[in-house]
Amino acid sequence: MGAIIELNNVTYSYPLANECAIKNVSLKLEEGRFYGVIGQNGSGKTTLCSLIRGFAPSFFRGSLTGEVLVCGKPTLDYKPGELSLKIGYVFQNPFSQISGVKDTVFEEVAFGLENFGVPVDEIEERVIRAVELTGISALAEKNPYELSGGQQQRMALASIIVLEPDIMVIDEPTSQLDPEGTESVFEIIKGMKDRKKTIILVEHKVDLIAEHADEVIVLDKGEVIRFGSKDAILSDETLLECGVQLPNIALLGNKLTRSGVPLERIPITEQQGVEIIGKALRTRSWCK
Amino acid sequence: MAFIELQNVSFEYPGGFLAVDDIDIRIEQGENVAIAGQNGAGKTTAVKMCNGLLRPTKGNVIVDGINSKERTTAEISRVVGYVFQNPDDQIFHSTVLSEVEFGPKMMKMPAEKAKALIDYALRATGMYELRDENPYNLPLSVRKFVTIASIIAMDTKALIFDEPTAGQDLNGTIRLRNILGELREKGKTLVTITHDMEFVADNFSRLIVMANKKVVADGSPKEIFWDFPTLLKAKLKQPYVSRICNTLSIGSNVISMDDAVSAVKDGMAAHDSA
Ligand SMILES: Nc1ncnc2c1ncn2[C@@H]1O[C@H](COP(=O)(O)OP(=O)(O)OP(=O)(O)O)[C@@H](O)[C@H]1O
Ligand SMILES: Nc1ncnc2c1ncn2[C@@H]1O[C@H](COP(=O)(O)OP(=O)(O)OP(=O)(O)O)[C@@H](O)[C@H]1O
Ligand SMILES: [Mg+2]
Ligand SMILES: [Mg+2]
Repeated sequence: MGAIIELNNVTYSYPLANECAIKNVSLKLEEGRFYGVIGQNGSGKTTLCSLIRGFAPSFFRGSLTGEVLVCGKPTLDYKPGELSLKIGYVFQNPFSQISGVKDTVFEEVAFGLENFGVPVDEIEERVIRAVELTGISALAEKNPYELSGGQQQRMALASIIVLEPDIMVIDEPTSQLDPEGTESVFEIIKGMKDRKKTIILVEHKVDLIAEHADEVIVLDKGEVIRFGSKDAILSDETLLECGVQLPNIALLGNKLTRSGVPLERIPITEQQGVEIIGKALRTRSWCK
Repeated sequence: MAFIELQNVSFEYPGGFLAVDDIDIRIEQGENVAIAGQNGAGKTTAVKMCNGLLRPTKGNVIVDGINSKERTTAEISRVVGYVFQNPDDQIFHSTVLSEVEFGPKMMKMPAEKAKALIDYALRATGMYELRDENPYNLPLSVRKFVTIASIIAMDTKALIFDEPTAGQDLNGTIRLRNILGELREKGKTLVTITHDMEFVADNFSRLIVMANKKVVADGSPKEIFWDFPTLLKAKLKQPYVSRICNTLSIGSNVISMDDAVSAVKDGMAAHDSA
């Protein structure tokens, strides 16, 4: 099975920038998988998203070496607008995603489908579902500019999931959300994955990446410093040195180990934590 | 009388949407308080009334002993600074420095005092090196620190931060923690809205919870993070370490990493002696 997204030795710098925002990155991402992208502020996460959806360099200009392939074809060879049918993108800043031309939340969420020429009946059905999933049904008639911060972010996500693109690139969709809303976003993503979508999610909340992602990509100063299995990557305290938080359960696991509590391995999710720490609790131990 | 008092306060947006319904909040001088609660609960609306950006449609807001009805918004904003949830609603200068200088200038502070404050604000937020940058060339997470710097520079007695933890990485979160610590030492009254439960557990001794236009709880994080009906109502979660301890039935008021380690050790000791 071929990769749906492939970066071959990609280096990219923005116009006039002294440093490369992405350096020597090679990645193969497979169809239907959920990739969590983490890394400290300024490490290149959003730039990686822009490269995948062709916005770098087509919109930002700048200089690109190496190649980015989507479905086997270099992003540079796609016609303008063609990639945006394949790849849905949720902006990092929910406040800047509002179209500004629609008077209600419902119309705003319908906007993209309208542009794609989807029949009216179908638009309505899909929009109703998207606003339901994101918990904003009750706000459908409100003006997009009269929403709270978290409500705006929910609307931004709804506007993209409604399009059902094959690839979803989602840049920090939960930054303004309450804890329950944050978990529901991950449920929505799980649903998209079940429908064979490929998900690339940038997120600072590593606890939820540990819980839900298939694989993890860690960026630092434009380079991919870790890629692969989340258990190995997210339990390793050296990640902290790159300014990346570990899941709370992994922090606890490491702390317990250091204070003499023997754990069979470092847990990264709540469920692993319950199992592994639970086992230690039931083991007759070493000292009083 | 408390430093900030909301007495039976309601707020209705023009057009008739009731966003805050009859709430009472009292915050003492020098207190450091967190506000959490579901999206759309009315948190931003409530705090905007504390600094005069919005006026209650019912009830009274008393700040530093004076009813907000008797003061202009400009006057109140000299006492209570507000850092917007969306930095782009706040920033309107083309360099970080000019943005941070604006407040002290408006307040007609003596030049020397202004300079010292601006300097302090830039350094405390890590914006000193970036002072000549255009804020719009900085990432959102950094722009947030620009807005925090510009409020710190005004040296108001109270400061309100609306979702400063949003989108911050590990170092940004630590920087916020240090800023709150320093301001507290200066005796400032601090209010922070956040959805980050770990940040609440680690940094505050008082948490006000809002849900559905109302205040539904007001107490210590230790109490509230183990008050399941309230968490459910406000769509909050326990911190992760609390969740683990809850499932394992060890330690019924754990909210920090250290608490959790002790709870596990106590649990093991109990098992050994059983
Ligand atoms: N439009 C732009 N023009 C010039 N430089 C940019 C632009 N966007 C980002 N950069 C720079 O490229 C580097 C990577 O930025 P990027 O936005 O990709 O980081 P990030 O990991 O998404 O950070 P954050 O967590 O803050 O969103 C940073 O040094 C940033 O300042
Ligand atoms: N300008 C406005 N006009 C009408 N209704 C508004 C306006 N601004 C906010 N609202 C509504 O008022 C309610 C409270 O909004 P507020 O911004 O205070 O919520 P919040 O608790 O800060 O939420 P969040 O966590 O999402 O930031 C929401 O339901 C919102 O839709
Ligand atoms: Mg980014
Ligand atoms: Mg708000």
